[in-house]
Amino acid sequence: MNWQGWAEIALTLSLAVAIGWPLGVFMSRVWNGERTFLDPILRPVEAVFYAACGVDPKKSQSWHAYALALLAFNLAGFAITYAVLRLQGVLPLNPQGFPGLSEHLSFNTAISFVTNTNWQSYSGETTMSTLSQMIVLTVQNFVSAATGATVAAALARAFTANRGEGLGNFWADLIRTTLYVLVPLSVVVAIVLVALGVPQTLSAGVVAHTMEGADQKIPLYAVASQEAIKMLGINGGGVFNANSAHPFENPTPLTNLITAVSLNVLGWASFFAFGRSALVKKDIRALVISAFVLLFAGAATIYATETRVPPAQMAAGAETTVNMEGKEVRFGAPATAAWAAATTGASNGSVNGMHSSLMPLGGAMTMFLMHLGEILPGGIGSGIAVMVVMAILAVFVAGLMVGRTPEYLGKKIEAREVKLSILAVLAIPVSTLGFAAIAAVLPEALKALMHTGPHGLSEILYAYTSATANNGSAFAGLSANAPWWDATLGVSMALGRFPPIVAVLAIAGALAAKPKLAPSAGTLPTHGGLFVGLLIGVILILGGLQFFPALALGPIAEHFQALAFVAGH
Amino acid sequence: MTSIDTHAGEGRPKSGALAAGLNGPVLARAAKDSFIKLDPRKLTGNPVIFATWIVALLSTISAGAAIVNHQAAGFAIQVALWLWATVLFANLAESVAEGRGKAAADSLRAARVTTKAKLLVDDKTGTWIPTPAHKLGVGEVILVEAGDVVPTDGEIIEGMASVNEAAITGESAPVIRESGGDRSAVTGGTTVVSDWIKVRVTAEAGSTFLDRMIAMVEGADRRKTPNEIALAVLLAGLTLIFLIAVVTLLGLGKFSGVNVDPLVLGALFITLIPTTIGGLLSAVGIAGMDRLLKVNVLATSGRAVEAAGDVDTLLLDKTGTITFGNRMATEVIPAPGVRPDIALKAALMASLADETPEGRSIIELGRNQGLVVESPSGATAIPFSASTRQSGLDAGGRSWRKGAVDAVYRSLSLDPKTIPVEITAAVDRIARSGGTPLAVSEDGALVGVIHLKDVVKPGVKARFADLRRMGLRTVMITGDNPVTAAAIASEAGVDDFLAEATPEDKLRLMRDEQAKGRLVAMCGDGANDAPALAQADVGVAMQTGAQAAREAGNMVDLDSDPTKVIEIVEVGKQMLITRGALTTFSIANDVAKYFAIIPAMFVGALPALAALNVMKLHSPQSAILSAVIFNALIIVALIPLALKGVKYRAIGAGKLLSRNLTLYGLGGLVAPFVGIKLIDLVISALGLA
Repeated sequence: MNWQGWAEIALTLSLAVAIGWPLGVFMSRVWNGERTFLDPILRPVEAVFYAACGVDPKKSQSWHAYALALLAFNLAGFAITYAVLRLQGVLPLNPQGFPGLSEHLSFNTAISFVTNTNWQSYSGETTMSTLSQMIVLTVQNFVSAATGATVAAALARAFTANRGEGLGNFWADLIRTTLYVLVPLSVVVAIVLVALGVPQTLSAGVVAHTMEGADQKIPLYAVASQEAIKMLGINGGGVFNANSAHPFENPTPLTNLITAVSLNVLGWASFFAFGRSALVKKDIRALVISAFVLLFAGAATIYATETRVPPAQMAAGAETTVNMEGKEVRFGAPATAAWAAATTGASNGSVNGMHSSLMPLGGAMTMFLMHLGEILPGGIGSGIAVMVVMAILAVFVAGLMVGRTPEYLGKKIEAREVKLSILAVLAIPVSTLGFAAIAAVLPEALKALMHTGPHGLSEILYAYTSATANNGSAFAGLSANAPWWDATLGVSMALGRFPPIVAVLAIAGALAAKPKLAPSAGTLPTHGGLFVGLLIGVILILGGLQFFPALALGPIAEHFQALAFVAGH
Repeated sequence: MTSIDTHAGEGRPKSGALAAGLNGPVLARAAKDSFIKLDPRKLTGNPVIFATWIVALLSTISAGAAIVNHQAAGFAIQVALWLWATVLFANLAESVAEGRGKAAADSLRAARVTTKAKLLVDDKTGTWIPTPAHKLGVGEVILVEAGDVVPTDGEIIEGMASVNEAAITGESAPVIRESGGDRSAVTGGTTVVSDWIKVRVTAEAGSTFLDRMIAMVEGADRRKTPNEIALAVLLAGLTLIFLIAVVTLLGLGKFSGVNVDPLVLGALFITLIPTTIGGLLSAVGIAGMDRLLKVNVLATSGRAVEAAGDVDTLLLDKTGTITFGNRMATEVIPAPGVRPDIALKAALMASLADETPEGRSIIELGRNQGLVVESPSGATAIPFSASTRQSGLDAGGRSWRKGAVDAVYRSLSLDPKTIPVEITAAVDRIARSGGTPLAVSEDGALVGVIHLKDVVKPGVKARFADLRRMGLRTVMITGDNPVTAAAIASEAGVDDFLAEATPEDKLRLMRDEQAKGRLVAMCGDGANDAPALAQADVGVAMQTGAQAAREAGNMVDLDSDPTKVIEIVEVGKQMLITRGALTTFSIANDVAKYFAIIPAMFVGALPALAALNVMKLHSPQSAILSAVIFNALIIVALIPLALKGVKYRAIGAGKLLSRNLTLYGLGGLVAPFVGIKLIDLVISALGLA
């Protein structure tokens, strides 16, 4: 560990917050339908979409209608993606001549991209045609991110309503977020990446003649454009299997910084946008600080474990002071630590180093950050939405201690909100631990593992954790393209995405209908340091603690075994 | 009258009829009840304790199987016993809380009429026939005479009597009840001490005030309050989450080569689920109602008690709540050239025969300044009359008068222009400050002006400052003109006031406040208060008040003390704080339990995990047993806190949260580490595990 390393981590993580703030203000203006500087260009385009879809953007929907529209849109997205992947072999724009995908892989991949997970049971450069990459997967990269944003926009409106009903219009929120935020920002980032050496081409690839005289086929894609939305949309699905450790996706330390920052930027922006649209700027600061503290602690843990010499190397008497296993030589430990924390805290799932190669406690931390519910800052919109659920639970548990029934941001928290909040967070342990426990004893599933023992268990746990959290990063080591894994991971992704979204929208509906209460000196303050501490405590205890036994059997056991091994020598 | 600065629960001298103590018989009955409550059908409303019941049963079966198979069963038996103890302790908490109410209900039942009522059959002759109280129908007229117990609720249609209401209120001084107006309601179970009354029955048998009171204190129709329901949902949700976390360990453990003992898994599950708050939740609610009963307030629902904690606006009637209600003399301003003591003496002489509270306050003022006057022999009292608008005393050819300023001027035939400017200035000043000036004359000469003032009760200002820190706004309601109202409002330190208020104004003000998202509490006793009482989130009716008011409010104050609403708010807050504190404590406890049980569970197959045994517990079995025992004992240890409640402090929400979070959040984190370690030391020393 050195100060440059700490500075690099601090810069990477805090730059995202700093840029996320103004972006959030802009995003809030977009949600609120206020004027933006892009109006002259985009208003007419927006109108074309409304006219084509027959949508009246001013018509506010009840939570039922909003949720139904969202589910219908995502179901359609799933069906189209599934069909294109199956039929890839007979569709155009397939210069590589790849065949269609299997049923289970198509199912898994379609859910994966619709749910903003981007779990890839396949290797992009040897599976996906240009059509599949550019049309269906990239489209989902945009609209799945925008889907998350709509949830936050609807929730924000619930807090400003006073005995109101409508949560806004799903179609307008979806179209506006995509048009005004995601597309322009992706264009900017893509151009910057192209300038920094990331390829952007429709050609199938180049053939290089190696020094041994062999021909090496190097596949190429429109990488820069994919890369931009992969990070900004918190999708994480790379064009190449090695993801952001691949030199075409992430050629230099500068692109590493830009992409690492951009993977968190819209998550933070959603926090700030929610704060501005819900008229709770002071309270949102507490949520941002809570999330940032946890995220930084995660990065610090990983950095601390990754800069120690591995016990096994020490025992073997290796004369080394660095631990470069699984890390890209271009980036090193601090960039890997910052990225690993950022990508797992943010439900992004891209990697610039292999998480399986992290030290056990570092690997445990990447899983733990996902277990917390992807709220640091999580996906676009979905992160802040679950964070608000956490805040509701925190207020409910401890808020009584000021002598009033709990309220958050001027809305009373009652049985219905508590029930829905529990439903929103229940999916995480059910899907993560439930599937992992079954896979752990199923011979069919165990065939896919590379390791036995605690590290093998980590491979299983990580897969379901990543899928449920809609993160999409892989631990490596698991050969996931098999019917059991494709199917169950697909179900995990859906469980981790849609029940929480519907629960949050139902909460929004319930809250919108309640009177907006005026704060007084007796109201629980939800903006100070005290609330930050409370919220962090609740996130760790209610959100994280139930995973402790599973982690104890996996990475924690591995950690202590390694220490015991060294002590034995 | 209770002084306003009496704090809730602090040395109220009067103990109401409802304040039954915790004594031997109550505890014995509670202990018995806690076994009766082991019936699983009685536990379905409490998922956490129900889950504990099931696991206790399963572990008993597992212990039994071990005995039958001649395996070592000591550990299984101990775990099973402590799990049953956990359920019993939770039941005990509820039974003890109910016990007090049951004892109070028994004493109320004794007040029910066993003698026959006198049903009037002929109003003219007064003929009556003896009829059992439960046969009386609504609208029938009964006669109640001195010495009779009022058989049922009713309204006096003729007569006036002094009534001893001790059976209901605990207050033995009789009160006057008479036909017409706001004092016409009588309550079944009270006793007429003098005179007679004719009463029209207003309540069906079985639904009298006394019946409802018995049902309330006994908790017979106790329903969960909204916040309690929400909390129960959260606890059920947590139970489900921990069930998943524990059950999945079967599969995950098998992969890791750990053969997880289902008994240990059950123990882990029970220690993780929030049994502490689950076991104490209903006791906290019952104790909250009980604390209200202790200050002699009867809530018609637990919902109202909860709402009391949420109140952020208090509408208070000025008279009787903020001020003493009677104008009192505070000074006598002498006319120019008159010695102050002469002016004071003249004021006293003019008031000697005046028996009104104002008159007596003038005598009191003299006594406070060391001046006592005796009535001269042969004095003639000159009473107040509407035409002269003054009163006084004539004796030995001398005369003293006091009265309305303009009336005294006129009777003295004073030319307004010749009145000394000092007097005019004093009269103006008094009027502007909201007081009433009275002119005093002696032997036909103006000697001074008495300042009569609505005196604010001592301590009121400090109390309102406390309320403000609690986040409560106080609004004073008065029929006074705005000038008087403003003066008193600023002296009492209320946040706002409504002057020249009619009952309609009061209702409108309340609706405005509620529309702004505030919860409003008020108290009232008149029939014209009924609409506002019904509209209020917390409406406290006075027991001495009109029947309509008592029915409109959701609480009845048996002491009829309008300042009680402040204590009610504190009781409501106290109940919510207690619930929150126990929930936080219960959840924070989980961290330590993981560190006790997880290493114990896995250390066999993964010896490296012994590093997680941070408490250095003796053995895996002692670790598990210690966690289970701690989990059971903590319920018993916290019963007193659940019943007594966490003390409420008016220090503002932020400070309150910080204090309670430290105490119950951090305390809940640390306490089980210490407790489990201590229990482990004891059981390993005893060789139990």
